[in-house]
Parts: sequence; C-alpha cells; structure tokens
Amino acid sequence: MDVISEFFSEYDGLGAFKTTIYLTVVSALFALLIGTVVAVMRVSPIRVLQVIGTLYVNIVRNTPLTLVIVFCNLGLFLQLGVSLANKDSNTFITDNNFRLAVLGLSVYHAAFVAEAIRSGVNTVPLGQAEAARAIGLPFLKTLRYVVLPQAFRGAIAPLGNVLIALTKNSTVASVIGVTEASAVMKVMMENRPDVIFVVFGIFAIGFVILTLPVGILFTSMSKRLAVKR
Amino acid sequence: MSDSVDTVTTTGLVALQDVQKHFGDLHVLKDINLSIGRGEVVVVIGPSGSGKSTLCRAINRLEPIDSGSITLDGQPLPSEGKRLANLRADVGMVFQSFNLFAHKTILQNVTLGPMKVRGLSKAEAEKKARALLERVGVTAQAEKYPAQLSGGQQQRVAIARALAMDPKVMLFDEPTSALDPEMIKEVLDVMVDLASQSMTMVVVTHEMGFARRAANRVVFMADGQIVEEAEPQKFFTDPQTKRAQDFLSKILTH
Repeated sequence: MDVISEFFSEYDGLGAFKTTIYLTVVSALFALLIGTVVAVMRVSPIRVLQVIGTLYVNIVRNTPLTLVIVFCNLGLFLQLGVSLANKDSNTFITDNNFRLAVLGLSVYHAAFVAEAIRSGVNTVPLGQAEAARAIGLPFLKTLRYVVLPQAFRGAIAPLGNVLIALTKNSTVASVIGVTEASAVMKVMMENRPDVIFVVFGIFAIGFVILTLPVGILFTSMSKRLAVKR
Repeated sequence: MSDSVDTVTTTGLVALQDVQKHFGDLHVLKDINLSIGRGEVVVVIGPSGSGKSTLCRAINRLEPIDSGSITLDGQPLPSEGKRLANLRADVGMVFQSFNLFAHKTILQNVTLGPMKVRGLSKAEAEKKARALLERVGVTAQAEKYPAQLSGGQQQRVAIARALAMDPKVMLFDEPTSALDPEMIKEVLDVMVDLASQSMTMVVVTHEMGFARRAANRVVFMADGQIVEEAEPQKFFTDPQTKRAQDFLSKILTH
C-alpha cells in the first residue's frame, strides 16, 4: 500500500485534485453565466435571439466534449493564435492550457445549464409573468425580478446534475495537458502497473468524495428553496 | 350588434373601436365598440366563452388584438416594448388566480412595481404598501408569503399591488371565481369601496349582486359580441334582447 503514500509524496495527488476543483469551480461559474444568457435568449420574444439560443444548445450539446477541448487548443490557440495568458510569463503554457480548458468546459456545459434553467422557467406559471407585465415591468425586469428567481429555484436539482457532470468531465482537460486528477492517474498507472487497481481506486474515491456532497447539497437545497405555491 | 353603438365616443378614458380578435378559427371578439368614462364602473357579464375575459385582457394588451383600436386616455396602445410597459403601469389588473409573486413576501409583492417601475425608494414604497395593505385589511400578513394566505387575502393583496401603481383604471378578470363563498364578500367589499371612491373599473364577474350595487353600467356579452348595455337596474329588470333574457332567467331563478 506504499502507492497510497506515493500519491501524496511523489505525485502531488492532492495538488492534482485541487486543480480539478479549481477547473470545475471556475468553469461552473462561466457556464452558469453563459447558460443563463442562452436560456434568456431562448425564452425571449425576439425570434432571432430564440434561433441563436436554440442553435447554440443543439450544436454544443451534440458535440463531444473532447472535440470542444481539443479545438480550443489546436484550433483556437495553435491555428488562430488565440491565447488567454501572458506570453512572457514562464508559466504561460500551464496557464494558457488551463484557461483554454476552462473556456471549452464553460462553453460546453453552458448548453446543459441553459436547458436546466429553461426547465426551471417552465416550472413558473404563466400568470407570474403576466402579473409582472401587468404592473408595468418590461421584459428584462420581468425576468430578473419575477421569473428567473423562481426558475433558478426550480432548476436547482438539474443544475446540481450539471455540476456533477462538469466535475467528472473536467478530466477531459488532461488531453490538452492540464495536470488535473486524471492526468496524474495516468502517470501513476504507467509507473506502477503492478497496483493499477489501487491507483484506479484512489482516484475513483477522490471523485466520489468531490461529487457525492454536491449531490446531497443540491438535493437538500432544491427542497429547502422550493417556491411554495 | 348592440343598439347603443351610437353612444360610443373616443372621449372615454378607455375606448375600444371595431376590435376584432381570433383564436385560430374562433372569433372571440367581434366588432367590439366600448367607451368607458373616467370614474365609471363597468361590469361585463355573460356566459362562459363569450369573450369577456379576453376583452378585459385586451385592454392592457395581455391579449393582442387582430384589428381595431384601443385607446387609453386618448393614446393608442403601443405594440410592444418600453412604451407598452409604461402604459400597463397605468392599468391595474386583478386576475382570477391572484398571481401574487410566489417567491416574494406580501409587502414585497406590493412594493416591487413602485420601486422598479416608478422608481420610488424602498422606504417610500413600503410606506405606501403598508397603507394599502391596511386599506384592504391584510396588514398582519405583510411579512408572510402568498402560499400562507387564504384565497380572499391573496386577492385583496393583488388589489393592493395593482393600486400601488396609482392606476388610471383597474381591470378585474373574474376576481372572485376562484374563491370559496365566504371569501367572496371580503373581496367584493374592497371593490365596492374602490368604486365608491370613483376609481374607473372594468369588472368581469358572475357576481350579479356586485353589478347591481356598484356598477354604473352592465355590458352583456355573448359569442364574442356586446349584445346589450344598460344601467344595472334596467338591465336586470328589463333586459331588451332575447339572449340577455335567456341568460338572466338561468342565473336569477336560483
């Protein structure tokens, strides 16, 4: 079982999981932001915005994540020269890869966030928006003060599922060289093929430790914050 | 068609001219001409599906109309956007299903419009809201959420929420139809009180008692048309059209 101590001492396993957490949290915030905008576009009365929102969701949701992430690196960075970090910095490659991974993960999961929020919007009775319009609130204020606050509460459980998926999907960032948990796992497996199941077990447990509380937290929040009608 | 069309003028606070509206193949509003004067209380009655709710909702454009014109205070209803929102702020609306904002307290329900549309400060809006809640008799519930109130209380809060915008006209779309019998009175009392303070009101209702007591005019609709208009006393004792006689004989014999 010396491999367990190696996980801490020789491979910086904890650091790798920290990167996983960091990658997940930052991507989740951007995904929430983009996803909310896309959801608003889909429920807006303006036809062009609806079409753009629908296209976004359907294209992004049906594209493999690996493809999105690889495109961020090979397409955006290497071909188009889009870099998201300071080129003179000596941590440029690490920073740039991390941020490109955040970009890919955010854009990808925003599609699922948008669908979760839209399902939340569907839990809000039409009369709520009518009442808001009837007191003179324009479209965006109706959304902001009346529909979205209720929609988010109705969307907590599906948003939790997206966050869990995002946590696990962050492993795809390893394909563009981000040293999150699964990247370290691969190295450990190469070095210690004799205890491959132990290595696998360590990382599997690590992910369960990350995602299980998220699931429990979001389920309890969805009950506690449910809008009573 | 009504024989009182010639009384329609464009000088009313709310004026509908040649309004037409279809839901698919169904012609829900046919040649509607109606003018409502300042301070007038108009009660709209008629059988289910006669278009009376649609008429009420058309006045603040929750239902867009196909053709014709609706003016409020001489101004035609704008089609969408900011100007329509501004106009709606001047038209109070009370719904059959209350539609209080479920995630906000009673006080917040009443202060939202004044703060976000009229630009009142929180303190000003709350002061006004508390006065209105007192007027409709639900002061004690100010910090509660809508789901914790009875239907009658919720509807009175909905009236307070509409009044908080200082509307020029109040629309009531079957305000007592979803209420238990003993709660109907408390809501009607508030409405009678409003009528006595010369609020301009359009009330779609099945409450004939309210129509007799508070209305200046009864508008009877059937099949999307205004069939008859008269003062309540005249309408209930001496209806002119066969359709109205038929309707009244069915509802007044029990």
